[in-house]
Amino acid sequence: MRNPLRSEGEAFRFLVAVIIGALVIVGAAYLNTWLGVAAAVLAVAGIVWWLMQEPIPGAAEPAPKLTSSTPGRLHRVLLVAPPGTTSVPSPDGATDVVVLVPALASTLEAVTGAVDDRRADAEQTASRLAAQLPNARGEVGADDPALAVEDALRTFGADEIVVVGDDAIVSAIRDRVTIPVSRA
Amino acid sequence: MASYAEPVEHHAEEHPPEPHYSSRISPSVLGMFLFIASEIMLFGAFFTAYFFVRIVNGTPWPTPPYHLPVYVAFINTCILVTSSGTVHWALQSVKRGNVFGMRAGLLLTFLMGLTFLITQGVEYSRVGFNTSDGAFATIFFCLTGLHGAHVFVGLTILAFMTTRAFRGHFSPEDHRGVEIGGIYWHFVDVMWIVVFTTVYVL
Repeated sequence: MRNPLRSEGEAFRFLVAVIIGALVIVGAAYLNTWLGVAAAVLAVAGIVWWLMQEPIPGAAEPAPKLTSSTPGRLHRVLLVAPPGTTSVPSPDGATDVVVLVPALASTLEAVTGAVDDRRADAEQTASRLAAQLPNARGEVGADDPALAVEDALRTFGADEIVVVGDDAIVSAIRDRVTIPVSRA
Repeated sequence: MASYAEPVEHHAEEHPPEPHYSSRISPSVLGMFLFIASEIMLFGAFFTAYFFVRIVNGTPWPTPPYHLPVYVAFINTCILVTSSGTVHWALQSVKRGNVFGMRAGLLLTFLMGLTFLITQGVEYSRVGFNTSDGAFATIFFCLTGLHGAHVFVGLTILAFMTTRAFRGHFSPEDHRGVEIGGIYWHFVDVMWIVVFTTVYVL
């Protein structure tokens, strides 16, 4: 659903829609009270439907493919593991490892920002796994693994991504990046 | 999109944790949704009282012998809707680099908003009843007064916007101040359309 107050232009269009709706309601109510009530229901439903049909700006644009910028001699690995993972294999030949644990949360928790408990779980897992690997540090990512990887790659130019998880997560990450993605 | 990933070590330091939010929704969009929700609840409370008094209790609207100045309110509505057009014109002008259009649009919007508020004040003084004259009068003053308070806030914002416009603060590349104020002004207009329709017309 589009936010009718997202920009001045959209707020102005929303105002015009509300004026038209009000005119329809007043006109119908002038003829018959119950016709006015029906028109009010239809007008509100129509405006809600119109807002839901509106595309969100930028939503249809494909996500940018992120690539690695690591110099040749280093081999940086981004290791993605879900919260609660107890152990991970040591990536072969890795000179620098970031263990990324997405703070998996429900949609409601993510939208309202009530992710403190999920982040605490993720931080515990990241610290534990990073302590098991040489040259590794832990990071907590967004609630969506693919989004967490995308965010992490903005500050960590990985050459390879190793995922502890199912094929769906591996596939979702492959769709977003051009560097090699493998499953542990 | 802001980065969400951050080193774990930050949280071990002796200070409050860094603010964080989901990359799925930006703070500004979430803030606007929360603002809309709070306004819906605020106006919703008064509209609930209105419908309770008028529909459930069956109180005559307006309660005799009082009359509502519908024509004055209609003229006021036209003024307010026109002011939305001028603030829209101001933003379109600044986007095209038309400084005169932006200044004229904002000044006209401010003057029309001020006219609306003054007219409403005059209407209050001549309407012939006050808040203690029954449920109808109470709801009337609460709903229109709540909206009037929003217009006052909008006028304050417009005063700052207009002053900044005449000091040359806005440009085709940087006009967020006009955009935000315009959004608020349109919102105030939307609420007036609802108030005018329910209180004066229906």
